Amino acid sequence: MPPEGLPARLLELGEELRREGVAVGTSELLDAFAVLREVQWTEQVDFREALAATLAKSQEDRRVFELVFDRFFFRAVEVAALREGVREGDPSQPTPGAIDLEELSPEDLQALRAQIAAALRDSSEGAMRDLARMAIAAFGRREEGSGVIGVDVQRIRRALGLRTEPQPDLPADDPRREGLPRDALRRFEALLRRELERGQIERTGSLPPSRPLGELDRALPSGPLADLAAVHRVVTQLRRRLATQGTQARGHRRHAHVDVRRTMRASLQSGGVPVVLKYRPRRPRRPEIYVLCDVSTSVTSASVFFLSVLHALHDSFRKMRSFVFIERVSEVTDIFAHERNFKAVSERISSDAGVADISGYTDYGRVWSEMLELVGEDLHPRATVIVLGDARTNGRDPRADLFAQVAARAGRTFWLNPEPRLYWNYGDSVIAAYEQYCTAFECWTTAQLEDFVRALTRPVTSAL
Amino acid sequence: MLASSPPAPASVTDVAEGLRAVGYLPGESTALVAFLAAKLGKPVLVEGPAGVGKTELAKSLARYLDRELVRLQCYEGLDEAKALYEWNYRKQLLRIQAEADGAGWSEVQDDIFGEEFLLARPLMTAIASEQPVVLLIDEIDKTDQEFEAMLLEVLSDFQISIPELGRVESRTHPVVLLTSNNSRELTEALKRRCLYLWLDYPELEHELEIVRLHAPDLPEAVARKLVEVIGMVRELDLKKPPSIAESIDWARALLLLGVDDIDEQTFRDTMSVIVKHRTDMDLVAERVGLKLSSPAVDAA
Repeated sequence: MPPEGLPARLLELGEELRREGVAVGTSELLDAFAVLREVQWTEQVDFREALAATLAKSQEDRRVFELVFDRFFFRAVEVAALREGVREGDPSQPTPGAIDLEELSPEDLQALRAQIAAALRDSSEGAMRDLARMAIAAFGRREEGSGVIGVDVQRIRRALGLRTEPQPDLPADDPRREGLPRDALRRFEALLRRELERGQIERTGSLPPSRPLGELDRALPSGPLADLAAVHRVVTQLRRRLATQGTQARGHRRHAHVDVRRTMRASLQSGGVPVVLKYRPRRPRRPEIYVLCDVSTSVTSASVFFLSVLHALHDSFRKMRSFVFIERVSEVTDIFAHERNFKAVSERISSDAGVADISGYTDYGRVWSEMLELVGEDLHPRATVIVLGDARTNGRDPRADLFAQVAARAGRTFWLNPEPRLYWNYGDSVIAAYEQYCTAFECWTTAQLEDFVRALTRPVTSAL
Repeated sequence: MLASSPPAPASVTDVAEGLRAVGYLPGESTALVAFLAAKLGKPVLVEGPAGVGKTELAKSLARYLDRELVRLQCYEGLDEAKALYEWNYRKQLLRIQAEADGAGWSEVQDDIFGEEFLLARPLMTAIASEQPVVLLIDEIDKTDQEFEAMLLEVLSDFQISIPELGRVESRTHPVVLLTSNNSRELTEALKRRCLYLWLDYPELEHELEIVRLHAPDLPEAVARKLVEVIGMVRELDLKKPPSIAESIDWARALLLLGVDDIDEQTFRDTMSVIVKHRTDMDLVAERVGLKLSSPAVDAA
């Protein structure tokens, strides 16, 4: 039997946050307890905000906190309910005034649809919560449920006709006509999921094992056109962080080359005794960058996003050339130089970048040989080559020897793989063959991308 | 023991009402965190996009608590001499010259390192003040990490060590607010000592209230439409989305012009109040201008 009471629950919450990667130290927990002396735990919003203010110290942490908080207390409540044997909808005690859902006519269902759509449009939390239960009762068909909650949620959503895109064939007064706000829809789905889970727990009388938060919650914005603003927020943030980075690097004096000439000149003040040593200033070198991007369908969204990030960071690099490839390579530096608009860029790349190939399958071997021809002469030890691709050769020869030549001519070679490391070298992925010549990063969350950009912009200090 | 401030807030609602009374409409979490800060004496780290009222919160808090506001504006290269204290060299020199004859070394030395020769900078002022103050450390993310480390002593113990004088401990407990635009990751050590508050663009109704508070003469219908349009503009992918400050500016501009409805023409004429980038202007004119001219918006 776990220890009872709020303090124990709070410590468990802290544990759970730590498991999700939020840095919750003892001092944070002490703060949380101190704070809870000041607010009533019966005030849900205050309670939650007070905990958030002490436990989650950044916006990302805050998002994780919200998810964990919801899940944690939902489970805590369900555990208590199971232990106490509290059941909803006990057949022996019919709730007065409950609607008999068997009797609902098609008109009633239609009215319910409209009501739900209106609640979503207005994003009213309370109404959505109530309506989620109704929706499950009316459209969930408990007996026919697939048993997989995610599937049921999507089925109910379809039955209700809820979509984010406009549906012009609906009547003018229907709230769904203009398309529903994405956030509200997501929230409603979460409520549906919650209710379905509650029902499942009640039926089976046990809690399903707790799963860690899906990495999907933190993944890169996958459809670049779907969430442009989000992408740009990430990029501006990155750019500002990089802009302030220079100072930090300058703060550390790691090297000390004495500038003899200036030291001698300064020594004249002290009668020729070199009292003050003058050092040669360190000049950070901006790297030259060659980017190679796979734009075959399997990785398009990631690569266009990535290219746009790099171009947004253009100022940090001395020279940058971008290439895209599927079967063959073609240079797209100009497109990015002229077009700032994301959508236009991806359209132009797909239409006239000259990569429209016959098969549409990536041919890495051919790419390397063409690459050597194109820029082989220009590559030099201060150049950085970045490849973005999933290293899936579709069974063709990877020609790692050619890639080794490219890597040998360039100073640094990075490989960004938009697939989680788990999938590397499975199927036709041959990343291992290339990894011995370059540094490979997995890059499918913004945090990973940021790590990479930081590695990239670190001044090249090699004495070449 | 620390002296308590004159109006000690008793509950979250007190703080919310107090802030309201001095012209700041706090969101729920804002009032709560402000209350906790005053109660527990912990510094608050306020983050959020530019222009959502981070600095204004500190000012209002100072007005509400009836305390003096001490502000330290951070920038790259800010150092101890500008933030903590500095010896007044000129005055020290004058003192030495005036006493040159006769006075012994030790006397002069004791003399010139006294409080009289100390130039207090914002942090020192806040700590040494007789009356409790509100200390605002603005845009902490603009400084470098070394400076942040120096702040730790001030923030956790409210004291400053001066080699020549010893430790200066705070006589009163200041309410400390740090603001950041999140342009770099702050150190864990600093975050650990603070409560965290994220301020975002307010919800429609909340913003409407704010606009009405700052431009009370603007007709209700216009104010509502203004807030809706601002919401639309924020949805676009802009370099600099309009903040609350810009909403208020726009409301005042419309008031001055005596506008009674925001139509496409008015919008185009006054757009420069809320959009501050050449490329943004084009985008906004194209998207929002079109929406305003079509009747769909009026129905929604």
